[in-house]
Amino acid sequence: MTKYNNTGNKDTRSGFGAGLTELGQTNENVVALCADLIGSLKMDDFKKNHPERFFQIGIAEANMIGMAAGMTIGGSIPYTGTFANFSTGRVYDQIRQSVAYSDKNVKICASHAGLTLGEDGATHQILEDIGLMKMLPGMTVINTCDYNQTKAATIAIAEHHGPVYLRFGRPSVPNFTPENGAFVVGKAVLLSEGTDVTILATGHLVWEALVAAEALEAKGISAEVINIHTIKPLDDEAILKSVAKTGCVVTAEEHNILGGLGESVARVLSLNNPAPQEFVAVQDSFGESGTPEQLMEKYKLNNQAIEAAAEKVVARKK
Amino acid sequence: MKPNTQQLIDLTTQVRRDILRMVHAVNSGHPGGSLGCTEFLVALYQAIMDRKEGFDMDGLGEDVFFLSNGHISPVFYSVLARSGYFPVSELATFRLLNSRLQGHPTTHEGLPGVRIASGSLGQGLSVALGAAQTKRLKGDKHLVYTLHGDGELQEGQNWEAIMYASAYKVDNLIATVDVNGKQIDGPTDEVLPMGSLSAKFIAFGWEVVEIIAGNNIEAILAGMAEAKAKTGNGKPVCVLLHTEMGNGVDFMMHTHAWHGKAPNDAQLAQAFEQNAATLGDY
Repeated sequence: MTKYNNTGNKDTRSGFGAGLTELGQTNENVVALCADLIGSLKMDDFKKNHPERFFQIGIAEANMIGMAAGMTIGGSIPYTGTFANFSTGRVYDQIRQSVAYSDKNVKICASHAGLTLGEDGATHQILEDIGLMKMLPGMTVINTCDYNQTKAATIAIAEHHGPVYLRFGRPSVPNFTPENGAFVVGKAVLLSEGTDVTILATGHLVWEALVAAEALEAKGISAEVINIHTIKPLDDEAILKSVAKTGCVVTAEEHNILGGLGESVARVLSLNNPAPQEFVAVQDSFGESGTPEQLMEKYKLNNQAIEAAAEKVVARKK
Repeated sequence: MKPNTQQLIDLTTQVRRDILRMVHAVNSGHPGGSLGCTEFLVALYQAIMDRKEGFDMDGLGEDVFFLSNGHISPVFYSVLARSGYFPVSELATFRLLNSRLQGHPTTHEGLPGVRIASGSLGQGLSVALGAAQTKRLKGDKHLVYTLHGDGELQEGQNWEAIMYASAYKVDNLIATVDVNGKQIDGPTDEVLPMGSLSAKFIAFGWEVVEIIAGNNIEAILAGMAEAKAKTGNGKPVCVLLHTEMGNGVDFMMHTHAWHGKAPNDAQLAQAFEQNAATLGDY
């Protein structure tokens, strides 16, 4: 299998901050809004470099989303920044009516998604946001896997007209995708070819999928690993091509099993090429306090969980 | 050239007929608030706002308007059509399948004049603040106007926006509240009493202009001129427009009953007797 080198752990939210800093210099239409979480979202540089284009909204997320929608009228490209929970669940109706239904070019950038937010616990660990956002007509949903990819996605979505939900996280995780690599919205990335099982992973679980693939290789199971950074629109073609070869699939995501990547993949497969599928996801529960590593182990979202799911689904083929 | 007062009054009567015919035709929609805001929207589009010819979505180089209380779409559609944004004949498609004139306004069907969807209440002021901030960034000196229901102010998002507007000195904005004192379940003072709206806006750092005769064209023109004079001075401007729900149709006035109810054939005829056609029906 293809080997990837971790160039050092970094947080994906810093990739967002770096991307925003670069956009500040290259695209004068880009504006940034934040609801009292500048440090957490790594928006400090943009604020310092472009104070006239930075908007501190205060702890008022509904107003932030509405303002972002209005800012597009006249040509601004607003990037909103807050935690994933407050970016979605708290402001669902504002996003639905003022952004999605109104087809506004707003980039909703959401940090601290999923369990890996850690010790703050379930109030802040949203596991339903992918589902909430993918159900909105016209909404693009992206969940990046590392620092480099988050930076690239942040920059790329400025050129993509329409509402985008960009999901990333808090912890430092392996940084392994190419620096300044291309990011194509809606185009899955084939990371490692294999023949026995397809592993479709998104966000922090992409690296875990690569680790699992190595362990599987040692057991004689050849896994194909694909990074599904865009959950909507889903790259049906890449998924079907891979599953046509392997005959089974594992999906892996830091999200509830209901409404996430796995269900989107199951829809594509059932319509085109039904195949055994196992889901690495949170089993319809809330999270809790703990370190990110403890939580990913307890809720079975790590490389061992992916490895076990792959063995199970390969056995189901027979 | 801007129309004189009599021309505005004539248009107002015609818009009233449009509203009544639209809701009657589909036996649904919101005539009460629409009739109450007819004079305001006619005056706004015909005499107050500085508008470009035609319509584009870029929203720069002209004053722009956002209707936050989207349920009064009949008056909005009629005034837009009669201001040239789309053919008046299209009013006949209100609330019909495949129409651009959805029950509540939307950009989704590409109807000229509509810049944001509204209907779920409380979102329009935030949108207007965003548009106002982009105008500032782009060096556009034009103003942003909005209209809100008084009952709509019960939605919390408004108060986030009201706080922001004064804190960040958004002074290229005139937000008008239709103070008719009524909402679906009854008088606002019974459903959720809000106290003095004027005191609340002043406490939040806004300039407040009261238009007591909110169904009188000349009072509206004078009040809005006063409001415009207050823009550009570091404070957002609020107009409290005191209106009568159902204005111009006697049996629809002094009650909240016609908030979301259409007249039957006999009621339509009775309403027409009080509002003779001035410019021709669509």
